[in-house]
Parts: sequence; structure tokens; C-alpha cells
Amino acid sequence: MPILKIDKLNIPKASRTLIQGPSGSGKTTLLSLLAGILLPTSGEMVVLGKDLTRFNSRKRDAFRVDHIGFLFQQFNLIHYLNLVENILLPCRFSKLRYQNVGNVEACLQDEAYRLLRYLGLDIDQLSNLETRKLSVGQQQRVAAARALLGNPKLILADEPTSALDPQNRSAFLELIFAECSEKKTTLIMVSHDTSLSGKFDQVIDLNELNQQARC
Amino acid sequence: MKILFNLAWLSIMSRSGTAILTVFSITISVALLLGMEQLRQSMRNSFLQTVSGVDLVVGARGDAIPILLYSVFRLGDATNNLRWQSYLEWSADKRVQWTIPLSLGDSHKGYRVLGTNTDYWKYYRYGKNRKLDLKTGEFFDGLYEAVIGSVVADKLGYQLNQQIVIAHGVGSAALFEHDDQPFQVVGILKPTGTPVDQTIHVSLEAIEAIHIGWEDGFPSIEASNPALMNLTEIQPKSITAFLVGLNSKMHTFRLQGEINAFEKEPLSAILPGVTMQKLWKMMGIFEKTLMTMGALVILSSLTSLISLLLATLNERRREMAILRSVGAGPLTIFYLLWVEATLLCFVGIFLGFVFQYGGLIFVEPIIQDKLGLQIFLGWPGTKELLFFSWIMAFGMLISLFPAWRAYRISLHDGLIQ
Repeated sequence: MPILKIDKLNIPKASRTLIQGPSGSGKTTLLSLLAGILLPTSGEMVVLGKDLTRFNSRKRDAFRVDHIGFLFQQFNLIHYLNLVENILLPCRFSKLRYQNVGNVEACLQDEAYRLLRYLGLDIDQLSNLETRKLSVGQQQRVAAARALLGNPKLILADEPTSALDPQNRSAFLELIFAECSEKKTTLIMVSHDTSLSGKFDQVIDLNELNQQARC
Repeated sequence: MKILFNLAWLSIMSRSGTAILTVFSITISVALLLGMEQLRQSMRNSFLQTVSGVDLVVGARGDAIPILLYSVFRLGDATNNLRWQSYLEWSADKRVQWTIPLSLGDSHKGYRVLGTNTDYWKYYRYGKNRKLDLKTGEFFDGLYEAVIGSVVADKLGYQLNQQIVIAHGVGSAALFEHDDQPFQVVGILKPTGTPVDQTIHVSLEAIEAIHIGWEDGFPSIEASNPALMNLTEIQPKSITAFLVGLNSKMHTFRLQGEINAFEKEPLSAILPGVTMQKLWKMMGIFEKTLMTMGALVILSSLTSLISLLLATLNERRREMAILRSVGAGPLTIFYLLWVEATLLCFVGIFLGFVFQYGGLIFVEPIIQDKLGLQIFLGWPGTKELLFFSWIMAFGMLISLFPAWRAYRISLHDGLIQ
């Protein structure tokens, strides 16, 4: 019994798309499909012009880190790495993202600091870089910086603001939107927060889209 | 590759408490196993070198192992003695470089009394061609003088000039004492780790003297009166065995055959090296037990490493999902866990070696002094390297299990946290 049955879904490049639906409706499954972690049992799935069903798993892993930035609900960080190391992780696994930042180790640090400052976390004011010491809001900013570092063409975000308070929520989103617009990055975000709908180019109700749920 | 080692290292460091305990348990078990192996080897060496440089041991006709037991290990009794005349004849042979006569049968408080001569002092060797050494005093040259081994001195608390009385026979058969002819301790030997430590050495003539008039196994009237004896003309009539050193090893088998075919008296000449090997093999169960115990200890500590890694896998699901989202494949997760386990193993085993050798240098002089056992057998060589590799390979092999579990988990979970 398939979880998702989607006739057709088209998301334009450099657009902002919100996917809505109650929990259990298959939002995370859809994100996993887009990320090439899961494969559809049948049909076609083209991401950034590449048919992921034709890739082997190693190629999909490489594709993911080269082109996709992730932002999860919370607990985005690896606790034994400090926050700069956390941000730089994609560049450790992807040569492309490393090159996009500037191909020099010194550039990585500068870009990480720039993104953090841009997202409202002044690193000079932190007493240390330990991940454990950060608040939830600070952790989300670090995770966002990691997702944006090295200009991935697609950002997949799974309820990135649910752990934030309402004031911070929209400010945080605006910053991500601005960075995405500037770099012409496609943003696909999953949320059941209906108040956000107005800020997106396209809003998809997964319950409507998913034929499996209807029958 | 670099990121893998970085991640593994930082991950271990973040769990430094449990990591230290795990490493410590591996360290202890490796050190223990190494210690057991070293003990086994040094006991084997010490056993096989209870005497060294002896080409033949000659006793009255009998089997090789009993002859070795009573002559070298001073265990059990000879059924027959051999005539002094035969000893003189063979020791005069041109191929013979030296001989040491041995006369056994008496005891003192459970320790064997050995009648011999100064050739014992000159030619007796043990270990790697080591000479007997005196702690205090000198080797006997008078009739009623005794040189005692280190264990005898320690256990009985004897000092120089101590008067001792020798009993006739050994063990429970030692009913009568030669209390009319006490001996004086003139020398105490240093520990050798051989039966020499438990022996009281006196001259052959003394053994003969205390037995004058004892032909029936108990004292006759004249025996209780030393004044009746002419002590200057005492000649031993028989001895229990003698050790032979040859001018050239090439004569060993020839001479052995000739002694075995001696017409005047039935004698047996044995090769002490071969016989000691045989005897050691009979005690092989001891070696096997030591090695099995050591291997089990290693197994248990490595199992604890694996169970620790498996136990943490569940709390690490989120970490694995994050890593997958930043480009790590399931194989990378597999290697991460494997490298972590391997690093812990390596550090544990390495420290085990360091502890073992460090500790050995520390205790070596004490053991050498107290037991005469040479434990330090040199720095780690090919054998130890092989040993290291085996434990390491085994550790890496069983670490595949948690790594494989992590692989399955990350494949199944994907990005779901």
C-alpha cells in the first residue's frame, strides 16, 4: 500500500513552495523522496533536471549534498561538533559546495560567520562555540546557515520555525527568503502553520494532492 | 577520509567517560594476557634451564624421567645408588670435561640434603649459563659445613653459623636424626628459581661420615660415637647420580651408549635437555589453561566494547540522520562506527602493551631477587607484533557488528529523526 500517490507535481525553479497537511499525511515522505533518500516505487521524479530514479544510492548521496540544503524542525546539530564545524559539514562531504564558497579553507570560516551574522547570531558575542550551550533559536540559525552555505540550488525545510516563538518566526523566515532570492535558490518548506501561506509563491495541500489519501 | 577520522575522534571525545572505561578494560585485559604469556614463557625457560650445560646425567639403571626428577629436581628417590668406583672410572674418560657427583637421601626439616664436592660450585650452571652465586659466606670445604639455598634460609630463618642436624631419609621416613654430628651453615646462595634454592649442600665425605654404622638404616653403637671413626680416611662408597659435561657435544650419543652398556654395573645415561622437554610437555595442560584464560579475558573486554557501541546506537539515530542530510551515505555511517570502535581498540591494546612493559620493568628486579625467575625477556619483537595484530584484527572484526547495525539503521531511518 503506497503512502503517497501523486499524479503530477511541478515546482518551478527559484520559487518558494509551502506544502501543508496534517501530521501523518506524508510530508516527510515527500521530502525524503525529493532528497533522494527514498525512491518512488513507480513513476518518474526529476529534481533539478535529474531523474533520481536512475541514480544509484551513492550518486544520490552525492547529489543530495551537492545541491540540497536541509533544515529540520529542531535538534539539527551534531552535539560533539562546535557550531562552526556543524555549519561546515556539507563542505566536508561535497567538493562542489566547498568550491562554491571559495575553494579555500579561510573562506569557509568567513562565509560561515557572514551567514550567522546575517541570520542574527553574532558569533563574537558568544562566550564559546559549543553547540550544547546554544538556545533552540540559536541552534535553528546555525542549522539555517549550514543549509545555505555553499549555495545549494534547493532548500528543503521541515517545520523549521515550529520551535521558535512567533516574533522570531517571521523574521527568521524573511532572512531565509531574502538569501534564497538573492542566490536564486528554490525553497520547499513543509508546515502545518496556515498563517505562513501568504509568504509563498505556491501552497500545496498534500491531502488534496495525494490520491492515496482520498480513496 | 579525514572528515571520517575527525568525526570519529570528536564523537569518542564527547563520550570520554565511557570511552576511558572501555579503553581501560581493554588495556587491563591485554596487559593481563601479555603478563600471562610472559609468565608462561619465563616459567618454561626457567624449567627447561633448571640445569644448563649438562650433557649427560648418569644414575643407576632406570627410566629417564625418574632419573631426571631425583637428580635435577630432587623429587622422589633413586631405587639404587651407583658405585663410587664407577663414577671415578667415567669421570676419568678423556671425552669428559667435568663431572658433578650427587648423593641424595637425607633431609633437614623437609629440605633435601645433597652431598657433592667443590665441582658443584665450579661447574653447576642454570638459566642462560649462569653460575651459582653466594649471598653471604663461602662454599663448604670442611667436613661438617653446609651451604644452604635461598628458600631454605628464608623459610627456616637461618643465618651463617647456624647449627643444623640432618635426618636420615626424607619426608615421613626421616625418623632418625644424625644429631650427634651437627652441621654449620657456612654459606647462603642467592635465589636461582631452581631446586637449588631448596637444597642443603654438604660434602660427599660428610654424607659418608654420618652414615658410618648406619648400614642397617638406624644407628649402631659405634655410629653414636664419632671418636671411634677415622674421619680423615673417609671415602664415599656410592653416590646417587652424577652430571657430566663433555669436551665436545659430538661425543654425547657415543658416550651415552657406552655408559648404558657399562659391564661392571648397570647404569643409565640420559640427555637432560630432551628429558626436560618431555616432562614439560606432560605439563602442557598448564600452558593451555593460562592461554585460554587470557583469551577469554580479551574476549570479555572486547564484548563490552561492542555492547557499549550497540547501546549508544539508539541515541545516535538523530546524529546519523543529520549526517545523511549533509551528504553521508549509509556506508559513511558504517565506517564512522567502525573507525570509532577500531580507535578505541587500538588505544586500549597499545596502552595494554605500555602498561605491561612499564610494569615489568618496575617489578622485574623484585621478582628476580625474590624468586630468581627471569620475567623480562626483552622488548616486544615480531612475536608481540603478531600478538598485537591478532587482537587488533579480532577487535576490528567484531566491531563490524555495531557498524553493520548503524548501517541498517541509517538506511532505514533516512532523514527521519
